[in-house]
Amino acid sequence: MTQKLVVIGAGMASGRVLEHLFEDAPGTFEVTLFNAEARGNYNRIMLSPVLSGEKTYEEIVTHDADWYARHGVTCHFGTHVTRIDRDRKVVVAGGAEVTYDRLVIATGSAPFIIPVPGRDLPGVVSYRDLDDTNAMIAAARPGAKAVVIGGGLLGLEAAAGLALRGMEVTVIHLMGHLMERQLDPAAGYLLQKALEARGIRIHCKGATKAILGQDRAEAVLLEDGTTYGADLVVMAVGIRPETRLATDAGLEVGRGITVDDTMVTSDPAILAVGECVEHDRQLFGLVAPLYDQARVVAATLQGKPAAFRPVQTATKLKVTGCDLFSAGDFAEGEGREDIVLRDPARGIYKRLVIQQDRLIGAVLYGDTADGPWFFGLIKDGTDIGPLRDTLIFGPSHQGGATADPMAAVAALPPEAEICGCNGVCKGRIVQAIEAGAQTLAAVRAVTKASSSCGTCTGLVEQVMALTLGPDFAAPVRQGMCGCTDQGHDDVRRLIRVKALKSIPAVMQELGWKTAGGCASCRPALNYYLLAEWPLDYRDDRQSRFVNERNHANIQKDGTYSVVPRMWGGVTTPDELRAIADAADRYNVPMVKVTGGQRIDLLGVRKEDLPAIWADLNAAGMVSGHAYSKGLRTVKTCVGSEFCRFGTQDSTGLGIRLEKLLWGSWTPHKVKLGVSGCPRNCAEATIKDIGIICVDSGYQISVAGAAGMEVKETEFLAATPSADEACDITAAFIQLYREQGQYLHRAFKWVAKVGLDKIRAQVVDDLENRAALVARFELSQSVYRQDPWAEHAPAAARRQWAALADLSQEAAE
Amino acid sequence: MNWIDIGSLTDIPAQGARVVRTALGCVAVFRTADDQVFALEDRCPHKGGPLSEGIVHGAQVTCPLHAWVFDLNTGQAQGADEGAVATFSARVVAGRVQLDATRLVRRSAA
Ligand code: SRM
Ligand SMILES: Cc1cc2nc3c(=O)[nH]c(=O)nc-3n(C[C@H](O)[C@H](O)[C@H](O)COP(=O)(O)OP(=O)(O)OC[C@H]3O[C@@H](n4cnc5c(N)ncnc54)[C@H](O)[C@@H]3O)c2cc1C
Ligand code: SF4
Ligand code: FES
Repeated sequence: MTQKLVVIGAGMASGRVLEHLFEDAPGTFEVTLFNAEARGNYNRIMLSPVLSGEKTYEEIVTHDADWYARHGVTCHFGTHVTRIDRDRKVVVAGGAEVTYDRLVIATGSAPFIIPVPGRDLPGVVSYRDLDDTNAMIAAARPGAKAVVIGGGLLGLEAAAGLALRGMEVTVIHLMGHLMERQLDPAAGYLLQKALEARGIRIHCKGATKAILGQDRAEAVLLEDGTTYGADLVVMAVGIRPETRLATDAGLEVGRGITVDDTMVTSDPAILAVGECVEHDRQLFGLVAPLYDQARVVAATLQGKPAAFRPVQTATKLKVTGCDLFSAGDFAEGEGREDIVLRDPARGIYKRLVIQQDRLIGAVLYGDTADGPWFFGLIKDGTDIGPLRDTLIFGPSHQGGATADPMAAVAALPPEAEICGCNGVCKGRIVQAIEAGAQTLAAVRAVTKASSSCGTCTGLVEQVMALTLGPDFAAPVRQGMCGCTDQGHDDVRRLIRVKALKSIPAVMQELGWKTAGGCASCRPALNYYLLAEWPLDYRDDRQSRFVNERNHANIQKDGTYSVVPRMWGGVTTPDELRAIADAADRYNVPMVKVTGGQRIDLLGVRKEDLPAIWADLNAAGMVSGHAYSKGLRTVKTCVGSEFCRFGTQDSTGLGIRLEKLLWGSWTPHKVKLGVSGCPRNCAEATIKDIGIICVDSGYQISVAGAAGMEVKETEFLAATPSADEACDITAAFIQLYREQGQYLHRAFKWVAKVGLDKIRAQVVDDLENRAALVARFELSQSVYRQDPWAEHAPAAARRQWAALADLSQEAAE
Repeated sequence: MNWIDIGSLTDIPAQGARVVRTALGCVAVFRTADDQVFALEDRCPHKGGPLSEGIVHGAQVTCPLHAWVFDLNTGQAQGADEGAVATFSARVVAGRVQLDATRLVRRSAA
């Protein structure tokens, strides 16, 4: 017999309840799920990486539409439950009613808003859900100012994320040091220093008096008279349990909804779980105890005995580069003793608090590897008397073990907790591995270890390595190449948000696994950097593939081909004479007309390249970039100037486009065609961008291909004006430059993003189009240059020749 | 050993190479990011590609023609590819690059 279960709130706690129910008792409950947020369950604690740009929302979704459908959950997302009618056992939402046999309240918390004037102004946000996060991202223009009120876990994660996005951030904190609930003053100081080093201003002992502004927040005023300018104000001063529904329904409510050990409220049909509950006078604000509650709720619903017993929790701050860990109680007190270790050079601080030979608190800053071990000692109340002298050095120094990094994990007892979020101990992971979970994904699926905040992933992998021995293959992630686990899109995003401006900076900050990258990631990084920072980044020639480094195509025998630009395929007798002379002078074995309407001089020796370029430059010709991931050719037909069917000057437009676009670097090569009428003699409809002239103007189509794949272009836009055709073309190319994956031709990028989205940005949204054109022009101010002219001067030629010639030397 | 001066370290771009002509064919002299130098035969065993034009990463180079990777220390092809190029002794002394000419210069008797 199925029971009707209604769940209010699709958060971290209720999500876990449902997972247990469907696993333990599939088909027993017919679930209706309400959520005030317009989406289902996601990993709320990963909002900070989304804010900083290190993850996307899609990556933190825990239950997608598919999952709900598979388990027959009726979802009402974006719907507030407004009332519970306990007599009739119905919940009311948006005028509709749903009846229940059992009800679970999992409404979480609401952010606390300090009652100061100006708190309702636009530009003031809290930090609780995806909408808040998106509002912050939207406001985070580089250089804009943000004030974060609250220097606790949430406030600091918000501050770090906004700083990574280029904002000027100030944190106002009421107390004397940051995160005073988790850290002692020394660790708080180290943390403050680390944050200040990232350009975040910290104002401790600051009490907010008012938020100033006319139509939106403009500044924050403190009691001491200080004001800080603010385009964005984030309030992260605390939370209070969301209990309104329960109070209205007459349930017993203290600070949270009162529950007993089985998680049942004062009404036997109603359970509550998560941050909205109060158990034994205690509230809960971290996921670990909520997951324990969830297990109990699932058991109670199935009529199985279970009791919730709160355990100690440990805290980590999810700010990349700030390693801190705290657990237990570390306030100074009667009969308490401290053991402290400091290493200022490495910025390490460790403090253990001991009472009657038991470890009761630990604060670690800078090196948190031993955190889980200390936490285990605290939770178990282990008698540390015998270890006391070496305790602070961690498990690897106990029992004479060496300082091997694996030793720390090896030394952990089976009960030691590895995953704090999900309360998974080492023994459970070992058990899962021995039962057949051989990959990180499998261990995650079976034990949930490392599936929430992910900071213990490394530990889990170490446990796997210890258990599986040589059989353990390091997890393969879909990285750009073997040097990194980060994919192309992530690398690009991180280059932007972390303002990385050199290849070594990218490799350092994103944890490249090789010293100097490889032949596949280096050219990609070089492109991403020059596309992102056209003015700041200096092209790294040594990260270029040979053709781009030498501005000519290498041939099978090590000679090169030289292709001067013929704008729109048009040449002159003088140009042809100069080409002929050059071919003679440098003994060019073959002169060939290319498929791109120009002339190729094949078989030129490397040391002759600068000289032949100088000759061609002297006749007014520049590089045709027949070698580049950049603009190649703009193929044209004769058009209205000569052809009896021509409707517009296709040759002229082609030349104009080529002059606009030449020199630009793109993810892969870009070729254009402009035909004077639909007879299409320039084959425009198989190019990356093709323009067909018609009586009414120009039809622009994109995403054609005629190489390893063949594909007709798709219609993008029509315009009566040649100027607009040029703008749309430049905007399209700029968007491709900004979004395309390295070595993806335009058609691949269009297929990935969708032509409609692209059209919206380059055709329909005029402001955005203008911005794209402006960014393209900015980049072209650097790159619309002839590389041949740079290398042709006699002084620069030496490096194209051999360094030394020993062929005539004789041995003595 | 018969060390011959072939040029200044700065004549070779870091993460790049220059070529030295010898009676035995071209030798590619590589300079890594950390200023080590290596001298290898400039002919890929696959189809003769000029290794001096490859991308240098760590102490390895990727052939510009079909992307075989070679260890600069040993001249051995890496990964699944089989083959090797000859290596020659090279060193840097006071900013100058020197090659051991014993095997490189023409035998006067020959
Ligand atoms: C010279 C030329 C052939 C000719 O004699 O006509 C040529 C020569 C090469 N093409 Fe091409 N392509 C030439 C027109 C084309 C065309 C026709 C066109 O542009 O109208 C195409 C089909 C259209 C297209 O681009 O899709 C074409 C599709 C390719 C492809 C396949 C691209 C693809 O996305 O599938 C490659 C391989 C690549 O780029 O990865 C390629 C690569 C090459 C390379 C650069 C191979 C290499 O990396 O060494 C060839 C250099 C040979 C050499 O020794 O210099 N070439 N190649 C043409 C130069 C045009 C120019 O003036 O710049
Ligand atoms: C940015 C951030 C970082 C965090 N980092 C960590 C961390 O590193 N470690 C850690 O342990 N914890 C962290 N937390 C705390 C953790 O996210 C919470 O403890 C946890 O999400 C609480 O789970 P819950 O299910 O009780 O409530 P929630 O996850 O908040 O879910 C409650 C849901 O109920 C909905 N709801 C409320 N009222 C109604 C109604 N009347 N009708 C319908 N739906 C309603 C809400 O919209 C919400 O979606 C973090 C929190 C935030 C915001
Ligand atoms: S089709 Fe292009 S890549 Fe292939 S052999 Fe001809 S020129 Fe070379
Ligand atoms: S010639 Fe070197 S890989 Fe083919």
